[in-house]
Amino acid sequence: MLKEIIFYGRGGQGAVTAANLIASAALKSGNRGVQAFPFFGAERRGAPVKAFARISDNEIFLRSQIKKPDIVVVLDTGVMDAINVAEGIKKDGIILLNTNKSASDFSFPYRTAVVDATSIAIKNEILVGGIPVVNTPMTGALTKILDGIDIENLKLAIKERFGKIGDKNAKAAEEAYNEVIF
Amino acid sequence: MIFIDTANHISALAAKMAKPHVIAAYPITPQTTIVERLAEYVESGQLNADFIRVESEHSAMAACIGASAMGARTFTATASHGLLLMHEMLHWAGLARLPVVMVNVNRAIGPGWNIWSDLNDSLSQRDTGWIQFYASSNQEVFDNIIQAYKIGESEEVMLPVMISYDGFTLSHTSMPVEVPEQSKIDEFLPPFKPAWKIDVENPITHGNIVPPEPYMEIRYSMQRAMERAKKIIEEVGEEWGKKFGREYDLIQEYKCDDADYVMVTMGAISAEARFAVDELRKRGEKVGLVNLRTFRPFPYEKLKYEKMIVIDRNVSPGLGGVVYHEMKKTGKDLYGFIAGLGGVDVSYKDFERIYELAKRGKEGWYPLEVK
Repeated sequence: MLKEIIFYGRGGQGAVTAANLIASAALKSGNRGVQAFPFFGAERRGAPVKAFARISDNEIFLRSQIKKPDIVVVLDTGVMDAINVAEGIKKDGIILLNTNKSASDFSFPYRTAVVDATSIAIKNEILVGGIPVVNTPMTGALTKILDGIDIENLKLAIKERFGKIGDKNAKAAEEAYNEVIF
Repeated sequence: MIFIDTANHISALAAKMAKPHVIAAYPITPQTTIVERLAEYVESGQLNADFIRVESEHSAMAACIGASAMGARTFTATASHGLLLMHEMLHWAGLARLPVVMVNVNRAIGPGWNIWSDLNDSLSQRDTGWIQFYASSNQEVFDNIIQAYKIGESEEVMLPVMISYDGFTLSHTSMPVEVPEQSKIDEFLPPFKPAWKIDVENPITHGNIVPPEPYMEIRYSMQRAMERAKKIIEEVGEEWGKKFGREYDLIQEYKCDDADYVMVTMGAISAEARFAVDELRKRGEKVGLVNLRTFRPFPYEKLKYEKMIVIDRNVSPGLGGVVYHEMKKTGKDLYGFIAGLGGVDVSYKDFERIYELAKRGKEGWYPLEVK
């Protein structure tokens, strides 16, 4: 089964890293086909950005951009003023939002999951220049929604990636995994 | 060991494992992360090589030429305008028969300024005497780079080798790659033993003025070397298969045996086209795929199918798709399409449409003008 995921966020929030972490965790969990890539543009800090991930039991031959995602992950709901994040999503698709509101506060005609990744990032002191970085908790929440990825493998992927600050990022991911509501 | 990373980081790793003595490179989007990673390897002592920082790509290639003539194994990487700035030196490396290995991350040429993929940068270097490889996955990028040294340094070849792959579509995309142990790479790729080299203890003249007749012989011997390279590429690809489980040839064929039509592609879109072949087969269409792994030497003898649909991610203005026109030598029925220039996304749906159009005898610029 092929799962296609789009991440929306702002430059500097780590959307591309989130896509890479989920792909790495998926590979460690036995998925032969994984892929993670940025929207092929010239990104700037603060501007809306997009990243993609594909996960499959079999080798992936697709190289084109994802147009009809199974899951949309929104790291910063502020981008929703400018971008229709639900564009192209499959009928039975899921939208995962970083928010302290509840899913019913959003009027998407799709299954909507919520997690307060910003609070989790602040609590775990995952800050760059004083700004909370939500990519690792969002991958934790995503792991709960996706079938076939072990949270322990996500934590391992995070620790490999982040070295010294890996532990607190892994902890944040696990908290989001437990707290996501969908 | 299997892990995920981008084609650029995989390139840097492959270059490191080939143990070059000299790296000279100038950063350019979308190649930059190769150079950054190699600089880290050298700085941290993981790679014992001289990293020569240069002021331009022309100098980067000149430095590689000088080092290679001294018998050093060399590596560089570039893209697009950087490759074009090297053009004079590319001919030099080719005619001097120096097995420099270079990665070119395919990027469209401006203006209009564009950082996305098409193959015009490397294809416009087709007459420089470089062997040219293309890849459709990060695994192929790794495998091609290691094999490139063995092929280029073969005494029967002695030619520089360019490994090209699509900017962003591969360069910045993470995919699983299986990387063998260093000891296995060392077994496969012994140290460079040049047939000749510049040596102060044993002086020779190299690159001096040559009268017309010997010059023509030099050109002739280059052509012969390119022809011999076909056999060497096959042998090295077979040996790679025996050692590491992935066999390579000049082309990769997929579901061609009973195909009425065969699509011919090069680069990252070959993988997407493979997906399209599976979709079309589900609907009963007898279609196959040939992925061109090498563009120089051009494997026209192997393109033996009666009806071939050629999809070019490039154009030679005033002529058309480069691969399409090179394939005229096959004498088969060809249907030419130009698609995906400047990074225009080419999805499997587009390949399905192109196939349907070709079946109706059409060709042209997809989707701008097809008739």
